[in-house]
Amino acid sequence: MTVTEDPVDTNAVPTPDNNLNDHKPNGFGRMLRKEDPRLVRGRGQFCDDVTVPGMLHLAILRAPMAHARIVSIDKSAAEAHPKVKAVVTGEDLAAHNLAWMPTLSNDVQAVLATDKVRFQHQEVAFVVAEDRYSARDALELIDVEYEWLEPVIDVRKALEPDAPVIRDDLDGKTDNHCFDWEAGDAEATEAIFADARENGVVVTEDIVYPRVHPAPMETCACVADLDPVSGKLTLWSTTQAPHAHRTVYALVAGLPEHKIRVIAPDIGGGFGNKVPIYPGYVCSIVASLLIGKPVKWAEDRTENLVSTGFARDYIMRGEIAATKEGKIRAVRTEVLADHGAFNGVAAPVKYPAGFFGVFTGSYDLEAAYAHMSAVYTNKAPGGVAYACSFRITEAVYLIERMVDVLAYDLEMDPAELRLNNFIQPEQFPYESKTGWVYDSGDYEPTMRKAMGMAGYDELRKEQAEKRERGELMGIGISFFTEAVGAGPRKDMDILGLGMADGCELRVHPTGKAVVRLSVKTQGQGHETTFAQIIAEEIGIPPEDIDVVHGDTDNTPFGLGTYGSRSTPVSGAAAALVARKVRDKAQIIASGMLEASVADVEYEAGTFRIKGDPEKSVTIQDIAMKAHGAGDLPEGLEGGLEAQICYNPENLTYPFGAYICVVDVDPGTAEVKVRRFVAVDDCGTQINPMIIEGQVHGGLADGVGMALMEMISFDEDGNCLAGSLMDYLIPTAMEVPDWETGHTVTPSPHHPIGAKGIGESATVGSPPAIVNAVVDALKPYGIRHADMPLTPSRVWEAMRGNHTPPI
Amino acid sequence: MEVTMNVNGDEVTRDIEPRTLLVHHIRDHLGLTGTHWGCDTSNCGTCVVWVDDEPVKSCTTLAAMTAGHDVRTVEGMETDGELDPVQEGFIQCHGLQCGFCTPGMMMTARALLDRNPDPTEAEIREAISGQICRCTGYSTIIRSIQWAAKKEQETPVEVSAS
Ligand code: FES
Ligand code: FES
Repeated sequence: MTVTEDPVDTNAVPTPDNNLNDHKPNGFGRMLRKEDPRLVRGRGQFCDDVTVPGMLHLAILRAPMAHARIVSIDKSAAEAHPKVKAVVTGEDLAAHNLAWMPTLSNDVQAVLATDKVRFQHQEVAFVVAEDRYSARDALELIDVEYEWLEPVIDVRKALEPDAPVIRDDLDGKTDNHCFDWEAGDAEATEAIFADARENGVVVTEDIVYPRVHPAPMETCACVADLDPVSGKLTLWSTTQAPHAHRTVYALVAGLPEHKIRVIAPDIGGGFGNKVPIYPGYVCSIVASLLIGKPVKWAEDRTENLVSTGFARDYIMRGEIAATKEGKIRAVRTEVLADHGAFNGVAAPVKYPAGFFGVFTGSYDLEAAYAHMSAVYTNKAPGGVAYACSFRITEAVYLIERMVDVLAYDLEMDPAELRLNNFIQPEQFPYESKTGWVYDSGDYEPTMRKAMGMAGYDELRKEQAEKRERGELMGIGISFFTEAVGAGPRKDMDILGLGMADGCELRVHPTGKAVVRLSVKTQGQGHETTFAQIIAEEIGIPPEDIDVVHGDTDNTPFGLGTYGSRSTPVSGAAAALVARKVRDKAQIIASGMLEASVADVEYEAGTFRIKGDPEKSVTIQDIAMKAHGAGDLPEGLEGGLEAQICYNPENLTYPFGAYICVVDVDPGTAEVKVRRFVAVDDCGTQINPMIIEGQVHGGLADGVGMALMEMISFDEDGNCLAGSLMDYLIPTAMEVPDWETGHTVTPSPHHPIGAKGIGESATVGSPPAIVNAVVDALKPYGIRHADMPLTPSRVWEAMRGNHTPPI
Repeated sequence: MEVTMNVNGDEVTRDIEPRTLLVHHIRDHLGLTGTHWGCDTSNCGTCVVWVDDEPVKSCTTLAAMTAGHDVRTVEGMETDGELDPVQEGFIQCHGLQCGFCTPGMMMTARALLDRNPDPTEAEIREAISGQICRCTGYSTIIRSIQWAAKKEQETPVEVSAS
């Protein structure tokens, strides 16, 4: 079932007198955030705000070149600095067997380089000093001699036979090949392409999704405090996945897991940038171990941009086989993936290309096939980040760009082409040709709603008139389907850890409660929405529920917040743990009401005898009874609490229709995003205000990627995007006022029908914007142009000189 | 060197290195961690504080330059336990998500409203254009500032310490 009407008017804006925020939901609905009162007072506690008595400061020396052998390191001058406590090199770490660490993709990465450096700004040594500035001063005193090696920068040349071998640390490695991956049926797909070449149409296009960076406003940081007496490590760290990190530290550093406490305090944005374990964290732990004092590491913006998890960097050849009437029959792609110097991809182990396999999109196809070669280059590691839903950004960009390429060749309206090819509502659950089972969907109403909000037909009329006058206006559409909420533990794990999540709920005697989560907010508002989920299920008001998260000593195990998995996985856990408590409450209520359990019914926090509404008890009465004096029903333990570990049976499949309107200045080639309409379907909505916020943020990301952002390199491997002057992020001047709407198609297998929204807009918006720009450039006969569509790149495209970015 | 400045109404004196940046002085020496550090290049604006009623980027200001001046940070926005309308607006309109950019945004917004009590959307966008928010996409920040403007027009309040 799809509800196309908005549950609330999400475009309604609160004013001091319209009472929009007065309604206080005891469950789902618009509710102001519980985290805001501390954050607007400057009383949040971010990692760099943490101070521990006796704390020292760590700074990292980084490599000046992309590929070089380390000949020697002289650290004596740095050690002689009066405020320096320790200077540590890769060789020092190697003596403790700590120079290398596993990545989340079962590769290894150097904590500090021992043999050679493999990307510019790789970690080479660290200094621990009494204060931040002295630690940085001492870095200048370390003398490293390098022997330059030829770097591999252009991914297209990485597999050439004479390319220098980057990973000679791996036994028997003689090339830069990282892995190969495929999905779908190559033969069946080729058969359809062969037929279409004869009787239909085949379109092919080379499409690059450049390397970009999540660049959260807070960079990565940690404070490691290893108590020399108890042997317990407390690590405050910028992590989206505190439990997974703790387990990895236990496995790598050999510390017993119960002696590690990872605390993720307030996190200033993550977007996947704070999923990997970075050398800085490990160095800080080692430093605290060596010196016996707490150690803080806080990277600067340059370090964040040049060395931490990048995103994308896929070079894709896309192909579509279709009938001349515009029925899409098959899709095929060949991908070259740049993984940098170490395979640091954070994705389920059996999914080395993440969920790129959903590149068939929202369309009902006869066949599909993808093949990918991933390679090493002399660039920073990473790959899965920037709200990508495990590579669905790349998948959606490919298919949504290719559908527009097909529309261009067939001279069809891109909206109509999409409408003609959607998977139909009765086909769900739908198994895609690459093996993904889409849980639910009803695409046409969502598409029609977006077209209605945008005034699609009028926009096309306006465009036609403008073209007459030589003005460049473009309308771009994207329709995306995501697969989020990893994932069923039978085939999804990270380093052997199943992707399930725990949740624990305790109701106190006075009817207040605490819920403990395994996931961690980085701004998504978990402290609010998880209280709302519990409230919806057992009727305790959200303000009476404390949400505890981001502390491994005080929360149940789970894999953390990324890939839009908090609501699909942990949100389900929260609903189910509340139902467990409710079941017990019902038994206690039956005793209090002197009725059989079956005769008691529940509604909004109150238990009543069926047919006798006068006789009732509230969840608060029951909480006191559960903890109080007097008997409980036979065989029942006291207390009112429960714990659960939720293993999702499938992923959830949010979707949406986005329409973007741009104007391109023919004189300067500058692109202005004039309007952006986003209609999202994330199933049941917990808090529409937060959903709208998540969508807005992702749309701005899309403007960034489509028009401005790129981590680029020169031919020597120098990173050219090492500051926010070089890596451009949209400000309020580059983005329009967003127009959002919703449809609601609940997930059939999720306990509350919710699907996750955190990454939808980042996934769905770049193709809408690029499609709009390419549409604007139609008078120039342009069918494709690669991101980022900066004025100079658009200018080149207008002159027929468009080149893919390197 | 000894540096004395007035921070949120209190006179504070510290012995600091001449090269100390104001952002580090405020955070590390004075313990006011509401002001954040997000870049080194004056691009992100998470470090915005006021020096004598003028919003400045404290990451590119030496602490010593503010000796003898008035510095106001996010911790000084509240008056007698009452939130500034700008702070209230950010809560009411979901103007923040992770909250990292928020203190800087609010300091700039407060300065804007003190000079222009009824700014247009374009004026607000321009006022915050030296600051980056990675979470909100800016629309809700603009609404938050409009909320505060409206609130102040309806209930004249004592705006800002001057
Ligand atoms: S920290 Fe001052 S502008 Fe970024
Ligand atoms: S709220 Fe996160 S950066 Fe603005």
